[in-house]
Amino acid sequence: MRAAVSSHLNFGRSVHVVRVLRGRLSALFDRLSIFIGLALAVLALGIAGLSLASGKYPIALADVLGALAGQGDDMVRMIVVEWRLPRVALAFLLGGALAMSGAIFQSLTRNPLGSPDIIGFSAGSYTGALMVILLLSGGYYETAAGALIGGIVTAIAVYLLAYRRGVQGFRLIVVGIGVAAMLSAFNAWMIREADLQVAMSAAIWGAGSLNGLGFEQLAPVAIVLCVVVPLTLFLARPMRQLEIGDDAARASGVDANRTRLLLMVLGVALTATVTAVAGPISFIALAAPQIAKRLTRASGVTLIPSALTGGLLLLAADWTTQHAFGVQLPVGVMTVSIGGLYFIWLLIREGHK
Amino acid sequence: MTGSQFGLGRLHADNVTLRYDERTISRNLSVAVPDGSFTVIVGPNACGKSTLLRALSRLLVPASGQVILDSRSISDLSAKDVARRLGLLPQSSIAPEGIAVADLVARGRYPHQSFFRQWSKADEESVIAAMEATRVTDLSGRLVDELSGGQRQRVWIAMVLAQETPILLLDEPTTFLDIAHQIELMDLLAELNRQGRTIVAVLHDLNHACRYASHLIAMKDGAIVAEGNPSAIVTERLVKDVFGLPSVIIPDPVSNTPLIVPKGRQVAPVVHLDTSARAGKERHRD
Ligand SMILES: Nc1ncnc2c1ncn2[C@@H]1O[C@H](COP(=O)(O)OP(=O)(O)OP(=O)(O)O)[C@@H](O)[C@H]1O
Ligand SMILES: [Mg+2]
Repeated sequence: MRAAVSSHLNFGRSVHVVRVLRGRLSALFDRLSIFIGLALAVLALGIAGLSLASGKYPIALADVLGALAGQGDDMVRMIVVEWRLPRVALAFLLGGALAMSGAIFQSLTRNPLGSPDIIGFSAGSYTGALMVILLLSGGYYETAAGALIGGIVTAIAVYLLAYRRGVQGFRLIVVGIGVAAMLSAFNAWMIREADLQVAMSAAIWGAGSLNGLGFEQLAPVAIVLCVVVPLTLFLARPMRQLEIGDDAARASGVDANRTRLLLMVLGVALTATVTAVAGPISFIALAAPQIAKRLTRASGVTLIPSALTGGLLLLAADWTTQHAFGVQLPVGVMTVSIGGLYFIWLLIREGHK
Repeated sequence: MTGSQFGLGRLHADNVTLRYDERTISRNLSVAVPDGSFTVIVGPNACGKSTLLRALSRLLVPASGQVILDSRSISDLSAKDVARRLGLLPQSSIAPEGIAVADLVARGRYPHQSFFRQWSKADEESVIAAMEATRVTDLSGRLVDELSGGQRQRVWIAMVLAQETPILLLDEPTTFLDIAHQIELMDLLAELNRQGRTIVAVLHDLNHACRYASHLIAMKDGAIVAEGNPSAIVTERLVKDVFGLPSVIIPDPVSNTPLIVPKGRQVAPVVHLDTSARAGKERHRD
């Protein structure tokens, strides 16, 4: 039994009220956000299809669809489902996770430049990875573990350093920038001291790459996201309420410090997952929430449109780095370019104001 | 239990010491908000009025003593529990960039909502009523960033009204409002008070305070200097004591409550009304 009524209130935009089960379930949906969300999802599916079709053995789109449905040639099915699909799914999930993490930090800091990097996470995980690569000559899994530990330790340190009767956004940014700068200097020094060969592989890890990833990585990522994403969505309402300022939010019933801590833990978990698997892929967390915000004309950053935008961006970036240049580049190279374009776009927009 | 026992009302602070880090604002302060009262707090800048409101609304944890709401220590109640009984309009607030008026007012419904009930009929009705009461219905779809200071203030008040709490704390609700909107807001608060809500407001206009308050609290340096019915406690000496300002007090010709006419430091030049009126006209002709 669905009861869809239009609101008697003028929100300045088109909304859609849903009340079911005699009002026990109710929600207010923004029509533009739903439309944009669907459009992003369709585009992402399109690029995913393209990515499944292209490669060393080009496959017709019809055969790709057939293979996904479990039909057709065994060889084609293996290429599409076992070789290419995990990577395509990973690109979408990792991009979405980064963007969701960025949306969390931008909302908490009330700052469009807020991203997991500002709490020193990327610098810290790079430090962890470098230590493993340079000092312990570790492989993929050891490096992933090192990155995880480095990032999480840094995030905790920044949180504690910024703590004063709870943690406020601005202090988090200032402390985070300081810690990130110190760690970056330390990272640069470590790379300089290392052998050229090792330094090269460390630098490639540092760019962030999806090369060589497959089902082995997809399964743990999917499991982690199945836990973290619903929890984050559950906290979307208090997160949004915090945007009206601490005092007003607390007076309206938000436990501000606890909500912020939980959201930060979830944001770090999202970034940590991506970094452990693929290295620090930059700029998706920064750009995707703002692009989604502009597209949906929302007043704050929103989780689902941000995640869809991030997934789309990383899918597109991965297709480009794999197929557009003749050589396989790390996807991080492309996301840095996205970041550059994003800043140019921001400058043009501000210039027109 | 203590509350009802001693007839202190639903909301009171018992021997609270309020401080920010090492800076103590109030020491061993006790305040009771009489149930159903229109309580107004007055006092000079930085005397601790906002600090007291923050303590009464659970935003500031007292270093010692406790705030009691409905016979329980307010720090034992959940934030949401408090927010269903007590609403606060903070002294200054920042609206998120690009938020529409109706959307901001709707945020006042937060304590009544849950993950599953995000927009009930009651939510919608309260928001509509709150916007009508504060006369911001016509601004509904506009962006808060693009409103005047007074319009914005009324939107924030609408947000607190939409929270529909039996106790309402307002920190300088009339700032930014022109004189007509100030009186309109005071009348609205008086009306809400008549309907049974307990109102606590910090005001700087002593004459509004005397006219509307049923219970007046005068504060200085974090302590209460006097409290009670305005007609009973407001004297020239109290005004001098609290604000250091010499004044003359006459009956308000409209409400018969105390009307404070400040003297100021200098004696104003005596000017006949009709000459000043003519002078005004002459200036207009120029
Ligand atoms: N967050 C804070 N941290 C530290 N000190 C504070 C803080 N907020 C207020 N104070 C200090 O506490 C004292 C009382 O401030 P409060 O805001 O309660 O004054 P007030 O009576 O509301 O003044 P006003 O009329 O100017 O609003 C002031 O000296 C102020 O500087
Ligand atoms: Mg104040």
